[in-house]
Amino acid sequence: MATAQSRSAARLMMTPAVVLLLGWMLVPLIMTLYFSFKRYLPLRGGDLGWVGFENYVRFVTSSAFWPSVQTTLIIVGGVLVITICLGVLLAILLDQPMWGQGIVRILVIAPFFVMPTVSALVWKNMFMDPINGLFAHLWKFFGAEPIQWLSQASLPSLVMIVSWQWLPFATLILLTAIQSLDSEQLEAAEMDGAPALKRFWYIILPHLSRAITIVVLIQTIFLLAIFAEIFVTTGGAFGTKTLSYLIFQRVLESQNIGLGSAGGVYAIILANILAMFLMRIVGKNLD
Amino acid sequence: MARSVTTQRKTINTVLAWAVGLLIFFPILWTILTSFKTEAQAINDPPIWFFFDWTLENYSVVQERSNYMKFLWNSVIIAGGSTVLGVIIAIPAAWSMAFVPSKRTKDILLWMLSTKMLPAVGVLYPIYLLFIKLGLLDSRFGLVIVLMLINLPIIVWMLYTYFREIPGEILEAARMDGATLKEEIIYVLTPMAIPGIASTLLLNVILAWNEAFWTLNLTAANAAPLTAFIASYSSPEGLFYAKLSAASVMAIAPILIMGWFSQKQLVRGLTFGAVK
Amino acid sequence: MGRITLDQVTKSFGEVNVIPPLDLTIEDGEFVVFVGPSGCGKSTLLRLIAGLEDVSSGQIRIDGNDATALPPAKRSLAMVFQSYALYPHMTVRKNIAFPMKMAGVPEDEQKRRIESAAKALNLADYLDRRPGQLSGGQRQRVAIGRAIVREPAAFLFDEPLSNLDAALRVGMRMEISELHKKLDTTMIYVTHDQVEAMTMADKIVVLQAGIIEQVGSPLDLYRAPRNRFVAGFIGSPKMNIFEGEEAKKHNAHAIGIRPEHLTASKEGGTWKGTVGVSEHLGSDTFLHVHDTGLDETITVRVGGEFDAHHGDTVFLTPEQDKIHRFGADGLRID
Repeated sequence: MATAQSRSAARLMMTPAVVLLLGWMLVPLIMTLYFSFKRYLPLRGGDLGWVGFENYVRFVTSSAFWPSVQTTLIIVGGVLVITICLGVLLAILLDQPMWGQGIVRILVIAPFFVMPTVSALVWKNMFMDPINGLFAHLWKFFGAEPIQWLSQASLPSLVMIVSWQWLPFATLILLTAIQSLDSEQLEAAEMDGAPALKRFWYIILPHLSRAITIVVLIQTIFLLAIFAEIFVTTGGAFGTKTLSYLIFQRVLESQNIGLGSAGGVYAIILANILAMFLMRIVGKNLD
Repeated sequence: MARSVTTQRKTINTVLAWAVGLLIFFPILWTILTSFKTEAQAINDPPIWFFFDWTLENYSVVQERSNYMKFLWNSVIIAGGSTVLGVIIAIPAAWSMAFVPSKRTKDILLWMLSTKMLPAVGVLYPIYLLFIKLGLLDSRFGLVIVLMLINLPIIVWMLYTYFREIPGEILEAARMDGATLKEEIIYVLTPMAIPGIASTLLLNVILAWNEAFWTLNLTAANAAPLTAFIASYSSPEGLFYAKLSAASVMAIAPILIMGWFSQKQLVRGLTFGAVK
Repeated sequence: MGRITLDQVTKSFGEVNVIPPLDLTIEDGEFVVFVGPSGCGKSTLLRLIAGLEDVSSGQIRIDGNDATALPPAKRSLAMVFQSYALYPHMTVRKNIAFPMKMAGVPEDEQKRRIESAAKALNLADYLDRRPGQLSGGQRQRVAIGRAIVREPAAFLFDEPLSNLDAALRVGMRMEISELHKKLDTTMIYVTHDQVEAMTMADKIVVLQAGIIEQVGSPLDLYRAPRNRFVAGFIGSPKMNIFEGEEAKKHNAHAIGIRPEHLTASKEGGTWKGTVGVSEHLGSDTFLHVHDTGLDETITVRVGGEFDAHHGDTVFLTPEQDKIHRFGADGLRID
């Protein structure tokens, strides 16, 4: 509800943001699409002409493709399961009356603010180093042989590092959702004689379902793109090459732009499918 | 309503929660402790907890060796600059969407959000190429622009949700009182939205500060911020735990503190208001 | 000066036609009340005059000048909003000064006007507080103060009292009326409360679904409502309106009689009925009477105390010259 004047002012004021984002979206997207149909090797002859869908076919038939998809799924799935299960438990724990709740919250949320390169380096060297890492000391203390974390158990290690970074986010969102639960509902259930476990299953968990969906979607989008953690710890070795890391290597390390761009188009499509689900949930909230 | 609980139960809760909290915080705590040790004590087996010779030497060595201040300054410029620029562009857009909504407002908002979902790696080379063409590679200005664009959807969304809580009648009152659109935004809307704008700034500085794809791939010596500063310690010659720890603490301390202040906004900002 | 003329004004939101072509003239210095049930378009009409909404077609003239396309700021109108719409980050003084600051009024003149407004509205002690520290009534007065200092051609009030409690509302009602007498400036006042309309207005505009049902002085509307809607809307308690046999006796499709134009008796009268609910206020007694043979429950107002309770039989007699007759089209028959 407004006048024609304010409507045209509104359009004008929205323009910079819209134009910038439109450019940010379209220009690289079109360029990526363009390259993906070319044989393009900047260090070995440059633009070698159109090749149709060859890059797309080559990308999915290369020996590295399926392992990278598998790695991606393991990392995303593993981190999601760990952060959500622990996140729900932690959120319920933090919602209980206790002393020093504020401080505990600060402790729990802290990892989220640690930059990915720092957390990867700290975990890699100070905890997972097979000679001087804290885990090695711990294993030796119990008389066990230290594990070569990042080479022998590279994927679980990576899942652990990334889960540590994202657990705070899941916890914080789930905690916020729990706190919005009407305590009278729980009291009514208690009056009706529902034991704690049933109250959790029939009241708290359904109440959290929406928050959990949001955590899943947002984390998935960020997890599909994790980069620094792999870059710093294994550099993609030992079976830790995710889809996005594979694309990164194709583009920057082997300088095969066409192939990398075709991979990029796959990644964009995948992200868009996920994004659509997220949009639907967020969009509902707008009305 | 707070329900009364027995002291016993509260004690159990407290012990449990603190134990879990400290466990999660432990890697950060351990890094902080190690940063004050000598290199020998840092890798001592068994680990030394508190009774070591506290020293600040690592911090001065790190600063000397890799010119920490330069990276810090780059981080400040890049994170701060991209956020401030983003907010300046987003305020008018958020005003439009919050106070002059049209049928398309919702679609535009969702579309903006969808640009945030574009996988960076998918467009790495085009951006790289454009940066070379425009001479922006390894420049702070280039990164300010890229990070601003990455975070713009979040900034618009956050401001939009804050603006929506301001009653439209107050802006109409300003209009009746003779304020132009510019005066309405400067004298009435912005001061009323200060808390929301501050949270938006805070959260986005954090996100930009920790961004580790573009900052690693588009910088070299000149414009590298702290993410790259730390990454340089992953090479074997840098493997001195105490110094690594000192460098890490220096890289995360400012943002950790800001982060603690902005926990609430984090939920709102990153879930786009879908969880309250 | 503040003569406002609406000429064939219409407003539609998309497909929905909120206001069909409407003509209205508001004379300079008049206190005009727009009244009607919620959703009748009265607030929209006010916002059209204010310039906060565009008219879809037609013309709005203020003092003879075409103001249809002018932005709100240029119409020299001041508005008091339902929520008061005070600037929460400014002190009372700055709130009141804001329109003058926007208009570039010199500092000392600003100060003079603030002082006089504060004095008139009993705000002198609160000038340095913020709106959040004030009570509802005080906020209302600040909003009025902010309107006064602009020295506008006309004041617009959008349900300004609906957020106040009942006692305060009566007080503010009189303050606004008094202010009107003192300033002698045009005021347009929107309300859904017919009591506010009756007590404050020089001229009432009754609206329903964007259509003006009747324009007139409070007593004109009370004495001769133009149709059944106005008859039912103006007056409290509502006029009893019924159709059927009794109406036919009066050569009408429906007849109406106000509760205060009926007399009740235990001995005898025109209509015999049973008391459903009796409300004893001391000054008045209201009886809601069933089973009179008419198709509606009849409300009757008896002055003073009247000893009748649930289940008692009473007789009602209308004052013949106060019976309103309506045709099948709902219009008044004279």
